[in-house]
Amino acid sequence: MGERMVDEILRVENLHVSVEGTPILNGVNLIINRGEIHAVMGRNGAGKSTLANVVMGHPAYVITEGSIFYKGQPLEELEVFERARAGMFLSFQYPASIPGVQVGTFLKKSVASVRDEPPKGRAFRKELNAAMEQLSMDKSFLSRYVNDGFSGGEKKRLEILQMLLLQPHLALLDETDSGLDIDALRIVAQGINEVAVNSGCLIITHYQRLLDLVKPDFVHAMIDGVIVRTGGPELALRLEDKGYEWLDVAA
Amino acid sequence: MSDETQEIIGDYRYGFHDPENSTIRFDKGLSEQVVRDISELKDEPEWMTEIRVKAFRHFTERVMPEWGNCDLLNMIDFENITYFLRSSDQTEKSWDDVPDDIKNTFDRLGIPEAEQKWLGGVTAQYESEAVYHSIREDLEEQGVIFLDMDSGLKQYPELVKKYFGTVIPHSDNKFSALNTAVWSGGSFLYIPKGVSVEMPVQAYFRINAKNMGQFERTLIIADEGSTVHYVEGCTAPSYSTDSLHSAVVELIAMEGAKIRYSTVQNWSSNVYNLVTKRAVAHKNATVEWVDGNIGSKLTMKYPSVLLKGEGAHAEVISVAYAGKGQHQDTGAKVHHLASNTTSNILSKSISKDGGRSSYRGLLQVTPKSTGCRSKVVCDALILDGGSRSDTYPTMEIGNSTSDLEHEASVSKVSSDQLFYLMSRGFTEDEAMGLIVNGFFEPFTRELPMEYAVELNKLLELEMEGSIG
Repeated sequence: MGERMVDEILRVENLHVSVEGTPILNGVNLIINRGEIHAVMGRNGAGKSTLANVVMGHPAYVITEGSIFYKGQPLEELEVFERARAGMFLSFQYPASIPGVQVGTFLKKSVASVRDEPPKGRAFRKELNAAMEQLSMDKSFLSRYVNDGFSGGEKKRLEILQMLLLQPHLALLDETDSGLDIDALRIVAQGINEVAVNSGCLIITHYQRLLDLVKPDFVHAMIDGVIVRTGGPELALRLEDKGYEWLDVAA
Repeated sequence: MSDETQEIIGDYRYGFHDPENSTIRFDKGLSEQVVRDISELKDEPEWMTEIRVKAFRHFTERVMPEWGNCDLLNMIDFENITYFLRSSDQTEKSWDDVPDDIKNTFDRLGIPEAEQKWLGGVTAQYESEAVYHSIREDLEEQGVIFLDMDSGLKQYPELVKKYFGTVIPHSDNKFSALNTAVWSGGSFLYIPKGVSVEMPVQAYFRINAKNMGQFERTLIIADEGSTVHYVEGCTAPSYSTDSLHSAVVELIAMEGAKIRYSTVQNWSSNVYNLVTKRAVAHKNATVEWVDGNIGSKLTMKYPSVLLKGEGAHAEVISVAYAGKGQHQDTGAKVHHLASNTTSNILSKSISKDGGRSSYRGLLQVTPKSTGCRSKVVCDALILDGGSRSDTYPTMEIGNSTSDLEHEASVSKVSSDQLFYLMSRGFTEDEAMGLIVNGFFEPFTRELPMEYAVELNKLLELEMEGSIG
């Protein structure tokens, strides 16, 4: 049984979530194991971002029923920063800017707080340089302020850079593909594929184009805060092609 | 330690104090006799005694300011303050000759170490007078004069007489009158024509005794085309009774000269910090005030620049941090008295745990001063509900050829910022610390590296345990 438990990264059970009294999620069930890539698709307002945010612990989202387990541990026991230190990562749809804090300083401190044995000085710089090169990011990024005045694409790249450095066991990617041109998308996809080998991955997206580059093992269609259908990659193609109406009927 | 004292000290790391060993200590209270005694003790020329007495009379007649935090101002008990305390009989040129307990204090504050590493000269003042003073030989050879003010008056009486009180007359305000009456210590700095002092020179002011009044007087003259960066630091022990720090700082930048004056004021929260700082900038001269206010109970300080010569430039960058029981009433004043003069004012304040910060600014362009440009930016960050921030800007623009910009903002730390940082492994306190350091960054980047690092650490400490 140990084998199975270790491989389970995330388990969401009958999850109901409200924001300011309005129900958003109405009974979500989901299990993500190590090495699996899951995609959640759905219309705007279906509750996709809510799912990612509530797993990471956003204080505005209130769990009214159900539970979330990370590696078998109930998440309600963990503060947001403890979730990060335990290996959870959220790539934000709209990352906040932190004026006056340089990217370089921020990355160093973040890695130091999350990783058990953070690389020091030269080793860190080497790792950082390699990751930035992989994402075609110029060194000048490091002296800019975190997300301050960044374009949409720059913000997404910085999110993926953090993911590469923090080496999460669970990666939640909230519309990481939006605002990226095709070259940037390819670079970002490469980063996701690298991390996905050893972690569980939850990709929230509207579009097929990222899923051409990052092959999902499971695709979930979400309507009104419930996963109404789960399938393989072919479900994403069908949703792209036909939209969600046929599911409305089926649901 | 009583609970009350513990409460006051909090996390203030410079709150320790030495035994009070004084060689001369005046009785508490202020009178014309005290003023004359100070002057006599220092063996001053007659004209200085007269200035002091005149200033004292003005002080007694002058009413308290009727603006700012009047409640706190009116709590100052001038009769319960020691106006002069000598703790060492002379100013030493070697740290080895400074009395041990005083030397230990400055060691703990890191001054001798900083001096070796990156300073061109140091004055260390303890209570009323300088206990240590030194300047690098190469600067001395170039004719740079860097002395404590008492020695400056003794050795260069003509120079002092020519400039003393010319930028800030004793009658300027109640506290400049008080300082002029009882001043002791401070720095006297003269940079000869064309000399550029590459390493900063520093003065450090330490109050040790209870109910102490420290009234240093600083005069800096940068002759034509010279450059200097002067750095000032200050701390005091935490006592449950109040001390008063009331300095006067006068800067004179001659044609084409550049003076940068950087302060990180970190007084304990029982110190009233009521300081008058003003500069005159002549033709094409630049004066920069880099002014940080972290500590004290009440600070009232508005570094000013009189742009007297055409093409002169003023830069005032200030930050204020008002924590529990603190009121930082700070700002900047720039007077454009000549044409084509320019100024930039950037003020940033943070209020937390019920602290209060006020920005009080004055920007004046006289009718004849055409083609002036100025930009004023005030940003306030309020960290919790009970804290407060106010802005009192005044602008007097006398002509239409001048160009002025004013921006002000008040913000709170957003929950999105906190969530973002916490999702990257930072605790809520650490996240606050990062946001606060980032907010002050435009200021800290102007400081010498060693000061910037120290200030960031200080602010991170202030954020610790702050969030329930």
